[in-house]
Amino acid sequence: MQITGAQAVMKSLEALGVDTVFGYPGGAILPAYDPLIEAGFEHVLVRHEQGAVHMAEGYAHATNRVGVCIVTSGPAATNLVTGLTDAMMDSVPVLAITGQVASTSIGSDAFQEADVTGITMPITKHNELVREVERIPGAIKEAFHVARSGRPGPVLVDLPKDILNQTFEWEWDDRVDLPGYKPTVRGHGKMVKEALELIATAERPVIYAGGGLVRARAGAEVLRFAEMLNLPVVTTLMGRGIIPDSHELFVGMPGMHGHYAGVRALQESDLLITLGARFDDRVTGKLDAFAPEAKVIHVDVDPAEIGKNRTVDVPIVGDLKVVLEQLLAVLDEKQAKGRFDRLVPETTAWREHLTTLKAEHPLLVEQPEAGVLKPQSAIRAVYDVWGDEAVYVAGVGQHQMWAAQHIPYTRAGQWINSGGLGTMGFAVPAAIGAKAGVGRDVPVVAIDGDGCFQMTFQEIASAVQHDIPVIFVVINNGYLGMVRQWQSLFYSDRLSQVALPMDLPDLLKLADAYGIPGFRVERIEDLYTTLEKAHGITDRPVLVECRVDPDEMVFPMVPAGASNEELLETAEEWYARVAAAQQA
Amino acid sequence: MHDRHTLSVLVENKPGVLTRIAGMFARRGYNIHSLAVGPTEDERVSRLTLVVGTEAVQLEQIIKQLNKLVHVLKIIELDPEQTVEREMQLVKVGADPVTRSQIIEIAEVFRAKIVDVDQDSITIEAAGNPGKLEAMAELLEPYGIRELVRSGTIALSRGTRSITDGSKLRMRRVS
Repeated sequence: MQITGAQAVMKSLEALGVDTVFGYPGGAILPAYDPLIEAGFEHVLVRHEQGAVHMAEGYAHATNRVGVCIVTSGPAATNLVTGLTDAMMDSVPVLAITGQVASTSIGSDAFQEADVTGITMPITKHNELVREVERIPGAIKEAFHVARSGRPGPVLVDLPKDILNQTFEWEWDDRVDLPGYKPTVRGHGKMVKEALELIATAERPVIYAGGGLVRARAGAEVLRFAEMLNLPVVTTLMGRGIIPDSHELFVGMPGMHGHYAGVRALQESDLLITLGARFDDRVTGKLDAFAPEAKVIHVDVDPAEIGKNRTVDVPIVGDLKVVLEQLLAVLDEKQAKGRFDRLVPETTAWREHLTTLKAEHPLLVEQPEAGVLKPQSAIRAVYDVWGDEAVYVAGVGQHQMWAAQHIPYTRAGQWINSGGLGTMGFAVPAAIGAKAGVGRDVPVVAIDGDGCFQMTFQEIASAVQHDIPVIFVVINNGYLGMVRQWQSLFYSDRLSQVALPMDLPDLLKLADAYGIPGFRVERIEDLYTTLEKAHGITDRPVLVECRVDPDEMVFPMVPAGASNEELLETAEEWYARVAAAQQA
Repeated sequence: MHDRHTLSVLVENKPGVLTRIAGMFARRGYNIHSLAVGPTEDERVSRLTLVVGTEAVQLEQIIKQLNKLVHVLKIIELDPEQTVEREMQLVKVGADPVTRSQIIEIAEVFRAKIVDVDQDSITIEAAGNPGKLEAMAELLEPYGIRELVRSGTIALSRGTRSITDGSKLRMRRVS
């Protein structure tokens, strides 16, 4: 059957089981938007190409399937740069399809021409400029495969306009043969045994559970592993929810704004069982002073992560789910032979110690019974109202950290945020993409800051137009809160360009302008009643503005570049430290 | 202490593959001493010889990051004791009737070839390991080096072993 390149794009996406794409048409991609009318998947028309790629990310985060976005050449493709980088940093499987000027014009500085494969080379896992129409199905199929296998990531396929218009004989073959791309799936058997030996003799072991476990959807496996060996677990910002916070082995979140016990657990440990985490500077603090007594087992699907930041004692390269199954298989075998007990480390005292730390150092929220609304209270209430079944999506900044700290997550994919890149403006489009992925029955709540919200709120129009009922909760403190916090603490409270007036814009009028219900709450007394009203609306997007105390800061906090030993629980601690240093 | 390491890299002969590799080195702050690239016995495959100056830990990272590039097929580090390494050097030296024979003599010592002569200069072609080429350039220096160009290092392991041994890669000879 002779078809055009444009038709082949549609047929390839259909063959790969794509049900939703996020995009925006324009000159070079026009040929693809014609057969799109009959394509067997939904197209969500965004309002800015950055929205398309973040929606694809949100979709991928929530469903663990590849998120797809389609945009035109030049400025449209360059508008993807932030989202692709975000997906690269957080290992999110995304396929970006971009139009390109006709192959005969490439290199001539044609209208809306940009060297998109050149620009995106360092921010994609792979990319390809397609040069022959026959290559289209292969390029898309391979891109899909590379995006979702191994360590997932974004892949871009650039399609010149003339090639979209050419015809060829359609052929589809599910097989992928990339001689230079063979991700390791199974861990090395010897290393698996060595890991168990090391755990058996550890006194203060802790599972350092990262986003890789979430990508591998290995929650059940890691929980069983932790339970069999009585191993406490910390879940990183990207790993939140991989085991339920309510579980007795859950200690907390580590990192710059982690839970006190979560930070201490890594710091005091003698064995880090690192599963799909990457010793990011936001977790380690000053690297030399991080977990100084700990040996390290590191399991990751990406061999380059092993030994990158921290020397490793037992390296295991493989898919997290498969390696955990291997570890569990050895444990089951030992149990059957009655040789299991000697593999279980004695961790009672260690776990009791961590439980005590947890109890003695809870998150501090000084919420008066009446009047001013604390942001943490607003976020806790959002969880109380929408509950465990909902997916929570955050932007970047204070609200993100509070949402990571205060909501007790229960499962992988329930918490979606921009971790590695820290992309402000992520929440609105990512929540829309997530909702498009999870469907009617699962509520998706965007918890956003007023700064972030104003970067991408134009996508509310996409949600309205395509009937994607997301709950947008804006934690409005009238400031670029996290930047203000740093200026307050580290720049003598000299505030510089951080004020975002609470009324600018008037968010209720904004909701009105988009034709969606809008609610505002300013006092703690009205919090639950207002949220309940919003909760009652499930057939349309809803906007809730929580006007909160602008002076609130995120704690605990490890000052940037400092050792985790210098973890602060209050601002007063920091000011006292500064005063003492000045006296000395 | 930065040691010199020679890597042989087989890559798919695809547009942009050199940019991907050079870009990765630049982005991650790795240093390339020299890079040579050319066709192999299989037209689908090119071979790069990369010389990098780095510590062992970073070398491991470089190899791992290279391996992540989809078009990279195979990487080996060549053991200096078991490797034949060559660079080529072309050097144009000022020469008058008095010095010409002295320069030719130096070239002969290094088994270099005279590839061009005119009234005022001689151009010499030499191949060898970097140490030899540097030594020759040093001896020619007093005569006045007008121009000098050196290729990147190319290298093969000694003996019958080859880069594709033990892998599923099958090279196909171009007839």
